[in-house]
Amino acid sequence: MSEVNKNEYNHVSEETTVLEINHLYKSFGNNHVLIDFNLTLSKGQNIVVLGKSGSGKSVLIKCIIGLLKFDKGSIRIFSKEIRNLNATALDKIRAKVGFLFQSNALYDSMTVRENLEFPLRRHWIKLSQEKINEMVSQALTDVGLVHTIDMMPVELSGGMRKRIAIARTLILKPDIILYDEPTTGLDPITGREIINLMIEIKTKYNTASLIISHDMNCVKSASDLIIILLEGKCYATGNYQELKSNADPKVKQFFE
Amino acid sequence: MLGQESALRKRNSITKIHRKSMNNSILLKSFFAEVGSLSKFSGKFLSRFFIPPYEINELFKQCYVIGYKSLPLVGLTGFIMGLVLTMQLRPFMIDYGVESQLPAIVGIAIIREIGPVITSLIFAGKIGSSIGAELGSMKVTEQIDAMEVSGTNPFKYLVVSRVMAATLMLPVLAILSDAISLYGSYLGVNIKGDTNFNFFWIQVFDSLEFRDVLPAFIKTYFFGFAVGIIGCYKGYYSSKGTEGVGKSANSAVVVSSIMIFILDLLAVQITELLGFN
Repeated sequence: MSEVNKNEYNHVSEETTVLEINHLYKSFGNNHVLIDFNLTLSKGQNIVVLGKSGSGKSVLIKCIIGLLKFDKGSIRIFSKEIRNLNATALDKIRAKVGFLFQSNALYDSMTVRENLEFPLRRHWIKLSQEKINEMVSQALTDVGLVHTIDMMPVELSGGMRKRIAIARTLILKPDIILYDEPTTGLDPITGREIINLMIEIKTKYNTASLIISHDMNCVKSASDLIIILLEGKCYATGNYQELKSNADPKVKQFFE
Repeated sequence: MLGQESALRKRNSITKIHRKSMNNSILLKSFFAEVGSLSKFSGKFLSRFFIPPYEINELFKQCYVIGYKSLPLVGLTGFIMGLVLTMQLRPFMIDYGVESQLPAIVGIAIIREIGPVITSLIFAGKIGSSIGAELGSMKVTEQIDAMEVSGTNPFKYLVVSRVMAATLMLPVLAILSDAISLYGSYLGVNIKGDTNFNFFWIQVFDSLEFRDVLPAFIKTYFFGFAVGIIGCYKGYYSSKGTEGVGKSANSAVVVSSIMIFILDLLAVQITELLGFN
């Protein structure tokens, strides 16, 4: 079943494809984490990669953003093969790809304002201070946390930190957002709020998102398409209802 | 039966010796691996140092954090060091009838050796541990990865700026610490004696020569570099979560303190060779 579905969902128009992964391999010594992994993400689409802990989900998005080097295969973002890019060209691509880290990765020594200004100043050095202030305010308004602008990350709750991390991801107005387990470590209510925020962002900015998760609420609500990553391979593909009704015990275990 | 027992004992002791030598060889191997890795890290620093963009703002910020904020601690320890050294030396100087030479002796001891080394050790304790812990916690909470994703070379932003700030600030701190130490010494002389302020300083500077000051000043640059690079290296390659952060901070202090003594020993040999002693 998996192969049929994969082909069906991979058939996307070239014009709208923002991310394309073909035959990706990644190993750490003898531990083969990704084996012949394929994925195609289109503009405005939310794909959730579902898998057990340690199945290589985070490795996958770190390969996409260039934090890890892959062994074989290709990753094309906006039709550009990232393997051959130099540091400057890779930074240009990264400016269009937001990354929400599992641990939020807010800079502890900076205020919320400085955290948000940091990627702006690094990627778009020539922006005026007025423009930067405006963009920071807009990003904080999007996540509903304007009042925290001069607070330190340590003064914020887990949910607020996650929202600020999303605001920092949004501030560059990316075309693709990579979410690494966005609801992990949050209570169900806050987790729900974060999922709603992700859906709002997609609707408002028409971003494409690749979401790494094993939270079934997130999978159900935020996905247009689900890819089950098992033993390093793209084991099954489909939407929530299709996969939920799948008889394969390996697929079924995720939906029980 | 007895023969069998003694053979067994002999075999056990051979196994123990073998295991011990295996452990020693593993330790030796990991020591050389660490030295190699640190050398590679230092080489990377030197190669990145000359390549733009230059993180000037971060360098100034780190100079403030590493230099200015260390001044109270360095100043206090310098003051106590000068005071105590004078009070401890005074009875011996009186016994030998050379009490009048006290400012000169203390001045040479502080400027040539005690000031730079003690200041560097205090600096290693404060700055080495803080850099190790800061970069270590940034590493385990993915802040370094976040920086890279934000279009920043984390090595240049975090490592080059901190190492440069440590290298530039330690000599300044050492000079200030020397001055405060000598002031402590002046107070120490005046607790039981009575020396004029100007006369004390004239005695100190009369006893000092160019060859006393210059090597002591130059070696603090190397001490500062050692503290910065070791702190950054330990933090940058920190692993194993929060436990790893503590270990990074701890080993940054231990290794940089040892390195200060090794560099000091080398500095003495080199100044000897160059005819400065």
